[in-house]
Amino acid sequence: MRKGVMRPGHVQIRVLDIEEALVHYRDRLGLIEVNRDSQGRAYLKGWTEVDAFSVVLRQADEPGMDFMGFKVTTLDVLESLKQELIDYGQNVEVIPAGELDGCGERVRFDSPTGHYFELYAEKDQTGKWGLNARNPEAWPEELKGMKATRFDHCLLYGDDIDGTVDLLQNVLGFQLAEQVVDGDFRVAAFLTVSMKAHDIAFVRHEEKGKFHHASFYLESWESVLRAADLISMHDISLDIGPTRHGLTHGQTIYFFDPSGNRTEVFAGGDYTYPDHPVVTWDAEQIGKAIFYHDRELNERFLGVVT
Amino acid sequence: MTVIGSGDEFGCGEAQHLLEGMRNFRLGLPMIDAIPIGCRGGGCGICRIRVLEGEYETSKMSRKHVPEEDEARGIALACRVYPRSALSIEVLSLPDKIQSRINKGRES
Repeated sequence: MRKGVMRPGHVQIRVLDIEEALVHYRDRLGLIEVNRDSQGRAYLKGWTEVDAFSVVLRQADEPGMDFMGFKVTTLDVLESLKQELIDYGQNVEVIPAGELDGCGERVRFDSPTGHYFELYAEKDQTGKWGLNARNPEAWPEELKGMKATRFDHCLLYGDDIDGTVDLLQNVLGFQLAEQVVDGDFRVAAFLTVSMKAHDIAFVRHEEKGKFHHASFYLESWESVLRAADLISMHDISLDIGPTRHGLTHGQTIYFFDPSGNRTEVFAGGDYTYPDHPVVTWDAEQIGKAIFYHDRELNERFLGVVT
Repeated sequence: MTVIGSGDEFGCGEAQHLLEGMRNFRLGLPMIDAIPIGCRGGGCGICRIRVLEGEYETSKMSRKHVPEEDEARGIALACRVYPRSALSIEVLSLPDKIQSRINKGRES
């Protein structure tokens, strides 16, 4: 049952060099650079996103994900979910409005897989980039690179995925859309708060708190192929693709930012209504579930995380 | 470049990192996969090696995988190592270390 959590709103990614990272996220992926704050963090967004930013890059000694934030519908929802998180037993920290430029108060909490998540109700709405809100044209002409339309989801790796899935489902109203199971042992879980096939996903892994990728939505399979061309043109480290996933059936390509954080761009994929049953893949079919064409899992997809 | 343990040898230009050198096409010779290839960005730690002999330069690497004390002992990520002489290296992260980590959860 949905509880007022609307969508993935932002992700803060650690990078080894912020200028190199900006070339990746702005010039190659095609996100719009919108701000640089007093801490030196860079703020970006996909051109279709109405809120002020969705990707925050922070320079650090070690790559990975600091936190992922979800926008909730109202301040009342934020307050009640904060209390439910505390009652559930999570460590909850309130980050004051303005700590991220343009973002209201954030409720940050930990999770059984060791990842940090945030909820917030308010963020400046600057509108879709390059378009008028009234009588908008189809797309702005000044887009760069892969022309990523929006930050879509993250895939995270951690040990107690059952614990984090329980937290997201029962406290925050996420819906389990798809899973991979080996008998009754869950290997991967894909959750949604919307009609999308996933807003966040988890794969079981020995270490806590690992970041597998941040994913960005493209318009079509052709734009995924065009992204592949750009990856070659700029000698970007390729992981795998272009291919299709069995899970969610999205058309995809994976590559790495200059600090080794994985990026996905994808198009298409399934949808999820609240009455849809969970789609289950058997672990023996995991090759096909992840890479629908190769039908073989590569070690890099399982082992390489930040 | 010589990989101690596997015995593989390969050439590597000064502008290439070791993983690029290792994967250079060599007519009639098999591809070398002595060093596991991960993100190629100094982030994931899969290609962790120790340089036993020779001169090299590095670019930024994750401190999680190469703390300063390790760096002083010649430990580095192969994707960030640019040779300045012949090197002999040993691989610290073996391929079996990254196999099917999802199964580890079952054992614990």
